[in-house]
This record gives sequence, structure tokens and C-alpha cells, in this order.
Amino acid sequence: MAQHPDVARSNTSLAERAYRIRRHALRMGEVQGQGYVGQALGIADVLAVAYFHAMAYRPEDPAWEGRDRFLLSIGHYAIALYAALIEAGIIPEDELETYGADASRLPMSGMAAYTPGMEITGGSLGQGLGIAVGMALGLKRKKSAAFVYNLLSDGELNEGATWEAAMSAAHWKLDNLIALVDVNNQQADGASSGVLGFEPLADRWRAFGWHVQRVDGNDIAALVEAFDRARGLAEAQPRIILCDTLMGRGVPFLETREKTHFIRVDAAEWALALDALDAGHAPGGHAP
Amino acid sequence: MSQETAKPRLTTSAMIASLAAEGQRTRPAPFGHALAALARTRPEIVGMTADLSKYTDLHIFAEAFPERFYQMGMAEQLLMSAAAGMAREGFLPFATTYAVFASRRAYDFICMAIAEENLPVKIVCGLPGLTTGYGPSHQATDDLAIFRAMPNLTIVDPCDALDIEGAVPAIADHPGPVYMRLLRGQVPLVLDEYDYRFTLGRAALLRDGADVLIIASGLMTMRALDVATALRADRIEVAVLHVPTIKPLDRAAILHEAARAGRLVVVAENHSVIGGLGEAVASLLMQAGVFPVFRQIALPDEFLAAGALPTLHDRYGLSVAAMQATLKRFLSQ
Repeated sequence: MAQHPDVARSNTSLAERAYRIRRHALRMGEVQGQGYVGQALGIADVLAVAYFHAMAYRPEDPAWEGRDRFLLSIGHYAIALYAALIEAGIIPEDELETYGADASRLPMSGMAAYTPGMEITGGSLGQGLGIAVGMALGLKRKKSAAFVYNLLSDGELNEGATWEAAMSAAHWKLDNLIALVDVNNQQADGASSGVLGFEPLADRWRAFGWHVQRVDGNDIAALVEAFDRARGLAEAQPRIILCDTLMGRGVPFLETREKTHFIRVDAAEWALALDALDAGHAPGGHAP
Repeated sequence: MSQETAKPRLTTSAMIASLAAEGQRTRPAPFGHALAALARTRPEIVGMTADLSKYTDLHIFAEAFPERFYQMGMAEQLLMSAAAGMAREGFLPFATTYAVFASRRAYDFICMAIAEENLPVKIVCGLPGLTTGYGPSHQATDDLAIFRAMPNLTIVDPCDALDIEGAVPAIADHPGPVYMRLLRGQVPLVLDEYDYRFTLGRAALLRDGADVLIIASGLMTMRALDVATALRADRIEVAVLHVPTIKPLDRAAILHEAARAGRLVVVAENHSVIGGLGEAVASLLMQAGVFPVFRQIALPDEFLAAGALPTLHDRYGLSVAAMQATLKRFLSQ
């Protein structure tokens, strides 16, 4: 079992971490006046549980050999992962001011060479799970206890290579591989279910030989339980947590805004969004 | 009996083709044996394949090191991604498939998961260019054109068994990704008769000659040497510059030889006339201001026919006889 990072041993609640991840993401979005903030707000609870409950890592040494690997194949979610890496102390908070700027370590799409804690270059969707298979095989060769996490999205499941990797992970009995899918039912051309139907999602993964859990991806208690089960299972099979999330979560006027892949936020709305996020958050209390 | 019926029946020799001419010296599975030998002192080497270990000679490595062999199934995109993952964890993967599948199907995966990250994955591929009569589905006539534009990627096109044996440790030592074209099975042995050993990034003048300079890579170097020998009867002196590393090109060696006055310069390659060694050399010469009479011997810009490989090599100009005729035509122009 992976050890918990020091940050997780602090008294800061996971809800507080998720709130701060959302806040960092909104502030980065404001810098450029754009960004995939709808997705970042939606996935913040999953990232909070991953980085502050489940994963082992050393903020001062992001390449520490014993770390759990977190692969962001959906490179456009970089704004969300940067927010988590900032909260985890891997990236200094003041660096979020550079988001998307020339020579920034925080480009708009996640790339390994740019950012500490960014394990792979994502963005060409469908590649992450295959890389995760290779890393999980490599970790087994090294007899490492580390897990490989790969965050995918429902839209990314359109890509056939993901299913090559899904088949392979089960074939190699990769019990050190935990896939996470952000099921927000939104991709570039519209609702994912309309672009290319993906249900019954749990049955599909089960048929491919995976241990499947489907949870409310904005319910921190449910996520904690799902991550614990995925990590603690004895079965020699890869694990997947399908996380149903709400785009814009935590900012009511974005939650209800017409759903698009690249959610519109007007210049004057960034401050309002931060205010709305703050208003919905009771310090030390429940998830927004 | 007519002459027609007395002709030997040429078989397609589809996938297990040996390029060796009758009576030619060969070595079996030089890639597999060289990799297995190297792996004895390099524990980080792993072998991975997409259901083609037997047809890329990787089975020799798999038999020697079953625990270091990964059968990834007929899934080339996965093969390349997983090899990238293995490399990220500190291993040195040799990933094998056919050249068509690596170049056409897995391109984006090699590009983003391997090359953009400059990971030390060695992609070793059978059936480069026209080395099967199976038809366009298996004829990688465009692999060099496809891969030459990929940053960070080193491209190697060895000539014979000796070249392959030399290339394996050399590409393993190279810190970045490599694409190597492979001859498999009973692979001809030619270069041991020359003062030559494979050096990554270096071209080598195998023989000199005053009338023609053939710049060649891969199996076409073998053919060029035979053509050079044959043309001596016609008092045509042919030099052969072997360029086993297509990228990066050995610019100095090529310019040095091509700048020698009075020689026809011919680039001979087992690849489409578009985008391979020929165009790479032409671009180099033009930019350097070196302007010899320049010709290409290469495959036409077409989907090639299926059939028996010797017939196809004759038809498309890669056989010794066809090359000889082409060179004479060039010289008479």
C-alpha cells in the first residue's frame, strides 16, 4: 500500500483541497481569459482525493522513484492538474500567473518536458492508457509498489487505442494500474453520448476484464471509498473508477450554463465566479 | 517443350522472403542474435512486439530472455505507447513490427509518446521498402518519407547481416529514439569483404571509381556493389558510398564525394522516389552549392504490384540487372 504524502496528514480536509484546486484553476483561467475551467471545476474533487488521500509523492522531489505516477492523457485538463500540483506544493502558487504565457512552465496543454509532476505529454487523445500499461509493466519489472493512475475522459474513449490498452492491461493482470474516467458527457462537438455513445460504460470495462466502480465524481466520501477499494483489492486485474462529474461544479452560474467543451466565461465573470465559489464554500466544512 | 513452360516458376515469397541470391553467403537472424548477445550485459533491454516476433527475428531474444520479452498483441499503437512507458521507467525497449504498421498506423504514437519525449525506444521493422511481393498492405515504400520529418528520430537502414550486427549495439548506445529497417531470416553477408564497420551517423566509401558515384543505403548498397563489379566489364568505374544512417545524414562525407568533378551521382534506395535518401541528398547538395549530374534509382510514386519479389525488383528497377541498365541509360543521356 502506498504511503500517504505529508500534505495528506495535515488537518486540511479534502473538501478544502478541492475548493482550493477550483480556486487555483479559476485564477489561471482569468489570466488568459480562457481555459478548460468547466472541466477543472468538475474534476477537482477527483484530483483532491488522488493527491491528498491516495497517492504517494514528495513535493520537493517530483521524480522520486517511489512515487505513484499520475498520467494526464487528456492534456487539455492541464489547468486542472496544475491547480492540483500547486495545491500539492509541487508548483509554487505564484506561478499560476504565468499560465499559458510565453516561456511558462504551465502551457495550456500538458507536456512532460515543461512541468514538474506532469508525467507524460497528453493531448493526442488515446495515448495515455497505453503508456500507463508500459509504465505498469516497467514498475512490475522493478518490483515497485507504486501505482500508475491515468485520467481519461468519456470523449477520449472514442479513440480505439484506449481499447487496445484496456485489453492489454487485463491480459498482463496489471493490478498496479488505476484508470480514472471523467464522465461529464461533453466533448468537442457536443454531448459525448450523442457524438459516439459510450454506455453501458461499466459493462464495457467489466467485459474487458477490469475491476469497475462507478461513482459520483463530485462526492468526496464516495471517491475516497472508491480509491481505497481500487488500491486495496487483492484481485490481479486493472482497476477503473468511472467518475460522473458536473462541469462547472462549485460555481452555480457555470454549472447551469449551456454545456460546451470550451465553456464561455466573459471577462467580467471571472471575479464573479471566484466570489460564487467562495460563497459556496464553508471553510473546513463540506464539499461545495 | 517451349521456352515459356521451361521457365522456373517464381513464387511470391510473400513474408518470409530471403533476399539472398543463390549461393550467397548469409547469416541467420542477425538482429535476434545480436540483440540477445547485447542483452547479456545490458539488463535494461527488453523486447516488445506486435505479434511479429518470428517475422522480425525477435524470437531469438524471446527464447534467450523469456522474462524480458513482451508480446503486446497485434496492436501497434499500444506497442509504441507501452514501449514509451517502459522507457520512462528506465528500460531500453526494442519494439518490432513491420515497417508499414510502424510508419502508417502508429505514427502519432511514435511521434508524441516517444519522439517528442526523446525516449530511447528502438523501433526495428521488417519488410522495409519493396521486400515482399505481398502487395501495398505490407510494402513500406514510404516509411523513410514518413519518418524523416519526425524530430529527434534517428533512422538507420543497414545493408546486410554485418551491418545489422554492428547497428544493434550502436543504436542501443544512442540516447534517443531510433527507427531501424530490418532484413530478417537468412540475411546476406557482404560487407565483411570491405574495410568497414557500422558507425551510427557515418557514411562509408566502400569502393572508389571515376565515372559514377552511387550513394546507397540498405539492400541497395549490396546491389550497387554488384553493379559496380559488373560494370567493370564495360570499363565503367563505379564508386559506392554506403549511407546506413538516413537521419542525421553524414553531410560531410556525402558532400566530399559528390563534389568530386566528373562523376555522375546516383542515389539508389529501396524506397519511393519521394521523400527518401534521394531527396535528402538532393536537398543537401543544392543547399551546399554542389551541382553534379544527379539521378535517382528508387521506387515509383505508385502502389506497387503483388507478385514474386525478383520479378518486382526487375520491374521497379532494384535488381542488379535493372540497375545496370538504368545506369547505362543515365550515362548515355
